[in-house]
Amino acid sequence: MQKNNLKKVIVRVCIGTGGLAAGGKEVIDAFKKEISDRCIDIDLDFTCHYQKVGCRGFCARDVLVDVVDGDKSLTYQCIKPEMAARIVDEHLIGGKPVKEWLIDDTYYAFHAKQKKILLKDCGTIDPEDINAYIDVGGYSGIKKVLSEMNPEDVISEIKASGLRGRGGAGFPTGLKWEICRKTPGDTKYIICNADEGDPGAFMDRSIIEGNPHSVIEGMMIAGYAVGSDHGYVYIRAEYPFAVERLRLAISQAHERGYLGKNIFGSNFGFDIKVKLGAGAFVCGEETALIASIEGQRGMPRAKPPFPVHHGLWGKPTVINNVETLSNIPYIIRNGAQWYASIGTEKSKGTKVFALTGKVKNTGLIEVPMGITLREIIYDIGGGIIGDREFKAVQTGGPSGGCIPAEMLDIPVDYESLAQVGSIVGSGGMVVLDETDCMVNIARFFLEFTQAESCGKCVPCRIGTKRLLEILDRITKGLGREGDIELLQKLSSDIKAASLCGLGQTAPNPVLSTIRYFREEYEAHIRDKKCPAKVCRDLLTYYIIEEFCKGCGACLRACPSGAITGEKKKLHKINPDICIKCGACFEVCKFKAVGRE
Amino acid sequence: MAGLATVFGSGAMTNSITEIEDNDVLFVIGSNTTETHPIIGLKMKKAVRKGARLIVADPRRIDLVRFAHLWLRQRPGTDIALLNAMMHVILAEGLEDKRFIEEWTEGYDEFRKTLNEYTPEFAEKLSGVPKDDIVRAARLYASAEKAGIYYTMGITQHSMGTNNVFAIANLALLTGNLGKENSGVNPLRGQNNVQGATDMGCIPDVYPGYQKVHIPAIKDKFERAWERKLSDRPGLTATEMTEAAIEGRIKAMYIMGENPVMSDPYMNHTIKALKGLDFLVVQDIFMTETAELADVVLPAASFAEKDGTFTNTERKVQRVGKAVNPPGEARDDLRIITELSNRMGYLMHYNTPEDVLHEIGSLWPAMAGMDYRRLEKTGLQWPCPTKDHPGTPYLFKGGFPRGKGAFTPVTAIPSKELPDREYPYVLSTGRVLFHYHTGTMTRRSEALNKVIPEAYVEINPEDAMAIGIKDSERIRVSSRRGSIEIKAMLTDRAGRGMVFIPFHFREAAANVLTNDALDPYCKIPELKVCAVRIERI
Amino acid sequence: MFKVTIDGKTIEVQEGTTVLDAAKMLDIPIPTLCHHPKLTPFGGCRLCIVEIKGIPRPVTSCTTPVSDGMEVTTSNPYIEDLRKTVLELILSDHPNDCMVCEKAGDCTLQELAYFYGIRENRFEGERRIYTKRDGNPFIERDLEKCIMCGRCVKVCDEVEGVGAIDFGYRGFSSKICTPFGKDLNCEFCGQCVAVCPTGALTGKMWKQKGRQKDIKEIETTCPYCGCGCSLTLHVRRNEVIKITSREDTLNEGWLCVKGRFSYSFINSPDRLTKPLIRIAPKDQSNPPLPPFVKGGRGGINNSLLVTRYSSLFREASWDEAVDYIAKRLKTLKDKYGPDAIAGLSSARCTNEENYLFQKFMRAGIGTNNIDHCARY
Repeated sequence: MQKNNLKKVIVRVCIGTGGLAAGGKEVIDAFKKEISDRCIDIDLDFTCHYQKVGCRGFCARDVLVDVVDGDKSLTYQCIKPEMAARIVDEHLIGGKPVKEWLIDDTYYAFHAKQKKILLKDCGTIDPEDINAYIDVGGYSGIKKVLSEMNPEDVISEIKASGLRGRGGAGFPTGLKWEICRKTPGDTKYIICNADEGDPGAFMDRSIIEGNPHSVIEGMMIAGYAVGSDHGYVYIRAEYPFAVERLRLAISQAHERGYLGKNIFGSNFGFDIKVKLGAGAFVCGEETALIASIEGQRGMPRAKPPFPVHHGLWGKPTVINNVETLSNIPYIIRNGAQWYASIGTEKSKGTKVFALTGKVKNTGLIEVPMGITLREIIYDIGGGIIGDREFKAVQTGGPSGGCIPAEMLDIPVDYESLAQVGSIVGSGGMVVLDETDCMVNIARFFLEFTQAESCGKCVPCRIGTKRLLEILDRITKGLGREGDIELLQKLSSDIKAASLCGLGQTAPNPVLSTIRYFREEYEAHIRDKKCPAKVCRDLLTYYIIEEFCKGCGACLRACPSGAITGEKKKLHKINPDICIKCGACFEVCKFKAVGRE
Repeated sequence: MAGLATVFGSGAMTNSITEIEDNDVLFVIGSNTTETHPIIGLKMKKAVRKGARLIVADPRRIDLVRFAHLWLRQRPGTDIALLNAMMHVILAEGLEDKRFIEEWTEGYDEFRKTLNEYTPEFAEKLSGVPKDDIVRAARLYASAEKAGIYYTMGITQHSMGTNNVFAIANLALLTGNLGKENSGVNPLRGQNNVQGATDMGCIPDVYPGYQKVHIPAIKDKFERAWERKLSDRPGLTATEMTEAAIEGRIKAMYIMGENPVMSDPYMNHTIKALKGLDFLVVQDIFMTETAELADVVLPAASFAEKDGTFTNTERKVQRVGKAVNPPGEARDDLRIITELSNRMGYLMHYNTPEDVLHEIGSLWPAMAGMDYRRLEKTGLQWPCPTKDHPGTPYLFKGGFPRGKGAFTPVTAIPSKELPDREYPYVLSTGRVLFHYHTGTMTRRSEALNKVIPEAYVEINPEDAMAIGIKDSERIRVSSRRGSIEIKAMLTDRAGRGMVFIPFHFREAAANVLTNDALDPYCKIPELKVCAVRIERI
Repeated sequence: MFKVTIDGKTIEVQEGTTVLDAAKMLDIPIPTLCHHPKLTPFGGCRLCIVEIKGIPRPVTSCTTPVSDGMEVTTSNPYIEDLRKTVLELILSDHPNDCMVCEKAGDCTLQELAYFYGIRENRFEGERRIYTKRDGNPFIERDLEKCIMCGRCVKVCDEVEGVGAIDFGYRGFSSKICTPFGKDLNCEFCGQCVAVCPTGALTGKMWKQKGRQKDIKEIETTCPYCGCGCSLTLHVRRNEVIKITSREDTLNEGWLCVKGRFSYSFINSPDRLTKPLIRIAPKDQSNPPLPPFVKGGRGGINNSLLVTRYSSLFREASWDEAVDYIAKRLKTLKDKYGPDAIAGLSSARCTNEENYLFQKFMRAGIGTNNIDHCARY
């Protein structure tokens, strides 16, 4: 059946984090089935190849499917398995694309202000094929380094590029390498931190799933620069797909001789081990991560001494996160000048963010440093869902802060965000609107950090618990006069006295929400009201007499039997029985249920 | 001790406990250190943490094996083959310390010839230790700058126990691991004051300070000091006393704080001997199994009820302080002995225990520099001849008491009673962490009894399966001398073909089974090897 | 050598010295709770924080090694305020029952609360509640009093090499526990009890026996194996109620289960209190051994023993007993010669006693038949 000179059509399906969740695997299966069904009846004039690719960013439009026919490539959006048949019939066999399913203007707008370096190859190349990476210039960076540069050159190149750590703290990468290189010792380690623990963040995961070889190449270059022949990737076990891809990539690199001894005929050798983490947030903290690799409980150790001096097994160690390392090959390939031309004076290059929350276009974005929050939220994100009012954007995950509307025009870079009480962090970006209660948001993040505290130091273990308890009572209407001041005092003491980054940043959501939304706290404490109408204990539900048609929908929806009323007659909610679940509010077609 | 005394002229731990942590290599043979000497065990663990290499040679998978870099599982009673083979390897690879041998030893040429036949292959056949491990152990030990050997009853309680000690001493001499800090031969003494009792001359052939009773000059000195005519005939050892009692040569015994019924091998024999005496006095704090056989039982004071000194395994004399009064009419032993002696017409008078210490110092120069004030703080290690002498942490710095260290050729001979068709298993006895010796003290601790309430026999799971024994099952263990019922504990701590029983438990006394065969030199009984049979009940 | 200035005083110290140790050399007090000089630094309690010039945030002095030219401030209103917050936080999760606590008067936390004058606590909230349910006979664990300093975990791992306990769980629920909640491979050495700064770990047998203030401490040497560990006997009303060990000794303060916990034989009701003279004839004297109470209560059944002994022996005065012995020994010696008499002395007795015993046998009786159990 197979004929030799048939043309080759590629069906490329996104099975990144979002793609997989939207059914990417099923879509591939559907295409395969449809094609093979057709084969029985007719001789196809093409062979169909399938490519699973990593995240392309626009997760709101998943599953994204490319049909590549020669040099023509078209992209479909929001594809479900049942849509495969029509695409096969009309496009693949019939040659006429299904126009109404192709990507639209919004898709282009989503990408217009992005600057893709790391994510450029993510989603186009086959991450399970080392050749795909090599075809787009992969491993030319390490080749160049080994043939033309000595380690000091590499370090000064990275320093000149202005690259700073993408894990959160923004420490200059070149400087870190330099310190480690200068620390005496025969054995040194490179660790890639892929323990992405922020809720809702999937930047590192997407890079590893979509372009694992870029991380490997970055680690090799780091190893050469620092004088290390051994690397670890510490990755959470909850990323089985990323782990699988990474392991495959490592074994392919081994087969090629890219990893191992005498790489590219040089004296340099490098090897990488994959270590799985058990999903503790605190293991993203570098010293806890080291402890975890050593087989200890993931508990942070005091710094100094820093890992560059005294790291894994007591040896000098460089820890960079996935995104940082993945930048390295591109910097080496294109030169520090090129990289430094992107971004602001102190923050160079691009940054990947996971844009989520109440924004229309959610997904993974890569933007040049210095872009404004407004551009991200309104131009890339397309504004707020339901065109409601923007309230704040939470950056930096549980360790970050909330930035209010009046600051939407500040540039996104390390210094500017720090100035307004937040951080770039690893790249989480949660957009909040008028329906979000800021006290509740702070409480939410505190709940997370408290539960993830390792328990080693007092301020974090007990302090965040007390913070959480105070926030809890405020949202329950039991707040007291002086609670805000107590929150502020305790927060600043926790920040000052905690052992590691987790505790030192855990109060950030509290402090920044108090800073910008103090009146919401006051409303909770003094008036016992939640302005965003989120805090259940502060709400009352009632029937608005003039709108109620007596349809009985609310009565049927009420789980606690708090609503009474005969058909076609006015209904009533008994506040003593009401559990404030909001079911009646949701179900009423006539907006006759009021909430206050 | 007799073994070491022959080789060096003095028998005791050559080094201090604190030196252990700075060793490069520790060779622990026949010592379940973490259970029998827990605090010395801690020092060994500390040494390992500080980078020392640990070699453990033991038929059982003792706890220390977890920390060892090399574990040699020799069959019980085959230590000489193992040690000789290590020395064979050292010579073959030229790892011996030639300068040390030249300068400090004698009998080397004769000795080295005897090692020829002990190839690692030969030793593997005898001991069951893989030959590569023997080579590795030899290299590790010989190449260390500071290597210490540690042993206890696993080496000595054999019919060839003294030869075992000779072999160990040979190994140390061959590699020059002696007379230095952190290097030496260290028998760990099993009881709080066994070193002291020996130092004090509670052995049949020497006065305090290892001064021989048969040497006239020494006898004269003690006769002058004690103002009595003394016998120059060495007396009987404990095991010989039992024999003599059965033969009727011993008519009366005075036993102070000992429980030979439980601690001696071949229990039925011991009981018969003690029952046959015309007169037996036992002085103790509890009604022991031995006291039950006495004509008179005298209530004594416990360690918390008296002043005095103990000498620990590293020759350190330390203070014992009186904390409480003895119960009822119980008295400290000092007072009892003095009174009895006076009653018998040999007058003794001491105002305080310290007076006794001063008398000891006047007769044995090694303790002459000690008084209670000096001992108060941390104790002093003998020799400490003068009031300003700081004590001696390690022995043989700059020479041995007898001049040169003597190589003593030893050959591997089998234990007295080997397993056969009728009694196919080897029995070793010993202690556990939670009990002590004959259990007189520890078995009265509710808490300890809760952890280990009864006796058990460690048996390898594969052996147990062959006999059809399940864990915790009560089984019968018998030897040619007796038989006990005991709980089985299936564990790979015991190697194939061997079983282990702790001897603390009177209701299943291991010493009913053990062999009273003695080492010909120092009369130590062979408690580590006898043949037994195991049956289901 | 590094030069470091602490609160204006300068000292030269070895490289690798921590700020805390350097301060100790200068006799500058820094409060600590989780620090223990024999264990690796932890940095968990945060009480020993100090300010170091050039480092933006306070650091723990127990974990920070000195660097040359370092300038340290150990106390100022800001630091003291942080310490107070930390203490209040700890106390907000600690039972307020010092009145009945075994450790009162000897408790580091109590001491610190006193020095920082913590009467009121700004922080309140949930306290960890644990039901006690451990059957081990030695160590009383009161997890509610645990401040998570980690000393017990480290001593078990670093000193004892056992690792029976570790941190478990996360956040406020984190606690010290055994693997899977079981008592695995614990040697009951009690090292953890010795290093616990609060009343979380105490000896079961110490309970309500007396607190530190009315205890007399007597230094002595352990009566068990040959290590020769130093013991401190805690005595109240002629009773040894507790045993500890000082840190400046051969055994560095560490003991084993026997040395630390097995002293109850001293006060055992089985102790011999009167000289006994045999009344039963010799050949009847080996009745079957008394049954042992199995598992639990342990030891020998007293009532059985008393009746049995009264059938074997009668009580006598010292005078009568010693007289009787002297007479019998003399008779036998006269009849059979001194070498028909033998003595066994004891490795459990003191040097002085052993010396006298052999002197008695050799000079008093006239025989060298003297030995002890060195070979067993």
